[in-house]
Amino acid sequence: MDSIILRTAASYLMPLFLLFSVLILLRGHNAPGGGFIGGLLAAGAFIFYAIAYDVTSARRKLLIAPYTLIALGLLVAFGSSILSFFQGQPFMTGEWMTLNMPWLGKLHIGTPLAFDLGVYLAVIGVTTTIVFSLAEE
Amino acid sequence: MSIITSVLSGFVLALLAPVLYRFGRGATGWVVAMLPLCLTAYFSSLIPQISAGGNITESFRWIPSLGINLSFYLDGLSLIFALLISSIGALVLIYAGRYLTGHSHLGRFYHLSGHPHLGRFYLYILVFMASMLGVVLADNLITLFVFWELTSLSSYFLIGFEHDRHESRAAALQALLVTGIGGLALLAGFILLGQSGGNLELSNLLNSGDVIRNHQLYVPILFLVLAGTFTKSAQVPFHFWLPSAMEAPTPVSAYLHSATMVKAGIYLLARLSPVLGGTDLWLYSLTTAGATTMVVGAYMAIQQSNLKLILAYSTVSVLGILTMLLGLGTELAIKAAMVFLVGHVLYKATLFLVAGAVDHVTGTRDVNRLSGLWRAMPITAIAAGLAALSMCGLPPFFGFIGKELFYEAGLTAQSAAHLLTGVSLLTGMLLFAVAWMAGIRPFVGRQYTLPKKPHEAPLSLWLGPLLLAGLGLACGVAPGLVDTSLIAPAVSAIIGHPVPVKLALWHGLNPVLAISTITVAGGLGLFAVRNKLIKVLSQLSNVIVLSPTYLYKRSLDGLMAIASIQARIIQSGYQRYYLLIIFTVTTALVLYKLISLGGLHGAVNLSNIQFYEAGLALLILMGALLSILTNSRLAAVAALGVVGYSVALIYIIYGAPDLANTQILIETLTVILFVLVVYHLPNFSKFSSVTSRIRDALISLFAGGTITALVLKATNVQFHPAISSYFAENSVPLAHGRNIVNVILVDFRALDTLGEITVLAVAGIGVYALLKLKLKPGGYKWIQ
Repeated sequence: MDSIILRTAASYLMPLFLLFSVLILLRGHNAPGGGFIGGLLAAGAFIFYAIAYDVTSARRKLLIAPYTLIALGLLVAFGSSILSFFQGQPFMTGEWMTLNMPWLGKLHIGTPLAFDLGVYLAVIGVTTTIVFSLAEE
Repeated sequence: MSIITSVLSGFVLALLAPVLYRFGRGATGWVVAMLPLCLTAYFSSLIPQISAGGNITESFRWIPSLGINLSFYLDGLSLIFALLISSIGALVLIYAGRYLTGHSHLGRFYHLSGHPHLGRFYLYILVFMASMLGVVLADNLITLFVFWELTSLSSYFLIGFEHDRHESRAAALQALLVTGIGGLALLAGFILLGQSGGNLELSNLLNSGDVIRNHQLYVPILFLVLAGTFTKSAQVPFHFWLPSAMEAPTPVSAYLHSATMVKAGIYLLARLSPVLGGTDLWLYSLTTAGATTMVVGAYMAIQQSNLKLILAYSTVSVLGILTMLLGLGTELAIKAAMVFLVGHVLYKATLFLVAGAVDHVTGTRDVNRLSGLWRAMPITAIAAGLAALSMCGLPPFFGFIGKELFYEAGLTAQSAAHLLTGVSLLTGMLLFAVAWMAGIRPFVGRQYTLPKKPHEAPLSLWLGPLLLAGLGLACGVAPGLVDTSLIAPAVSAIIGHPVPVKLALWHGLNPVLAISTITVAGGLGLFAVRNKLIKVLSQLSNVIVLSPTYLYKRSLDGLMAIASIQARIIQSGYQRYYLLIIFTVTTALVLYKLISLGGLHGAVNLSNIQFYEAGLALLILMGALLSILTNSRLAAVAALGVVGYSVALIYIIYGAPDLANTQILIETLTVILFVLVVYHLPNFSKFSSVTSRIRDALISLFAGGTITALVLKATNVQFHPAISSYFAENSVPLAHGRNIVNVILVDFRALDTLGEITVLAVAGIGVYALLKLKLKPGGYKWIQ
């Protein structure tokens, strides 16, 4: 779409969208949000960019090919599920640990977050794969 | 080293083989052959322990709740097979490296770079070797079955190695289907065997033969196991896949389809002899099938002119002999079976490898064109000659001892000894003629003009044959090399108690020697009148209409026809019909369940509906109506968007922010997707007819009404105690999260989520493939 307003808005809004999607992903465990919603939001950011400019530029912004993202997402989700094997526990047992971060205080993280990250990446990958392929037709 | 490493190391090397080939190229064969050589050394080091009557077991937990363990059991029988598999494996790998480097592939030659898929070849053949070791070393029946199926699978890949040829693919599929169906029967047999024996471990079952033979499931067990072994070991009427499998590269034919894989069925019959054997049913079914197979195989072999087919049919015949001997089950017969087995491996693998070398240097496998080759390739000729004489059953070769024992076992059979001796003699004579055709005739006499000028095969092509043929001679001259060390432990394992074995070339003047003499005379006679015989036999063959190959073809065609009819009925290719079927079937099922649960009861309470809830409902209705009334696709999409967003608002009102978030995002994306698709579509040119509209309206009302009723019903029905309180209570203490929805998604029910994102990924790839696959005019064609 050839609209200077939309294009200008897109270049400012896209980073905001992405930042927000990461926030949604991270806060998901305790408040509304999570990998699926965050992934859809992030995909929405790239699709918005593709509408404002074109698919080629949006693909460039994505840095990684959409189908690579799908594979990466599945790999991260699956990888986080087998980490519990190293603790001698069954598949997908949540493993948690508390990190003492300088200035930030204590950070309580676990494998479910990594799993959610996998969902996030896979959802971005699938959505952009489908929308970009359709838009290029 | 332990048994499990000896089995699994093959799989590990298989994975590395393609990489090794990238660096090793022509030398890869020698490199990968080091593993089977080491394994041969390892198994040889076990000979003293095993021949002293010991055995080795190893067990690792796999699925203990089902009694399935990764367990191994090594006794005399396993050892003899393991030694054959590893030693011949080494020779075949060395051979294959050279054979496939200069391999003709659709007329092209890859002299310099080697076969383009040679790395893959090593992968398949090493997987096969490791699986075959697994079959003969497994203790647990399920472990055995898994390895058994892996041998079928690797055989499929190896037969179809030259996958750009139709014949290769068809032969590979045929072998897979025949052995695969047998494999399924075998699995069923194993499960029943495990149930009636109370245990899946062979080492335990071997001691409970009496229980199983008297069990009411004995007959089904026996027939299921026989279905598995007969298909694998190519017994009539399942023998036809083996000659077809000669489409495989020759080293594969030598290794899988003569020396090892086809013997897996023989191994299993021998292994289960103490458990299932000894009954009349066992005796009659095995001797009948075996005797038929040995005659049919030999009869077919003598009619062939392709060197590999001659050898393939003679292998079928020998597999029949082995089955018959195992069926007889006497000490003598078992002894004969083991000696014959070893002798056969030594000469048949040699002859196959020689056939490959001859084909390699002359460019033909037609026995009628091959003659006088000994001048050009003397070393290969010596190997072939030694092997052929052993196959003929002439002294002082190991084949002679085997054949003497085979005749003796027939003569001393409890019933039908005359008949068995008669068919054995006939088979012996035919095999003699066949051996002469395949191993002697191509090398003696005058040389004909050939596609290529013959020369001596390179070292790697004659090393294996010469070694194996030499062993056949050595074991014949000095049977003490193998009788107490290898044969006796194997025979004892099959019989179930220690049996002394003393082999000798000379048994004195007895009836068996007379039969042997008749065999030689008859065999030479048959060879002399071979051409006339073939003419007569080919006319006879025309009379036989119902050949197994024909039946196989017809049933495969039938299967395809049924599949295509079914696809034509169910797969209309129109989205609207798919939706129609899905909605109708689903709602009909829901409705059935609703009615069987007693339908709706209790009035719906409409008193505390807020005005904004009613407003949202109205909005949804209006959106839905607009979407079906409008003539513009874009307007319909927008109207559906209104429906979606209103639903999201309902979620918000009822306190489900996560659902609402997702719904809004999905709605947005859906509208974008629809717009992208609709953009490419032309305007509606014609609308559906009134009748189809009425039909669609009825189905929609039916579906919508049923789902509404279902929702109303769902609030009143509770099948299981609600799990939501469990999630609410344990979300923080167990999963460290306060958002229950997310905790369920990524922790409590994470497996579902993993499945869902996998489905998403597949769908994404599907869409990508459909859009990016550019079809040429004429479209996709079924690859025959």
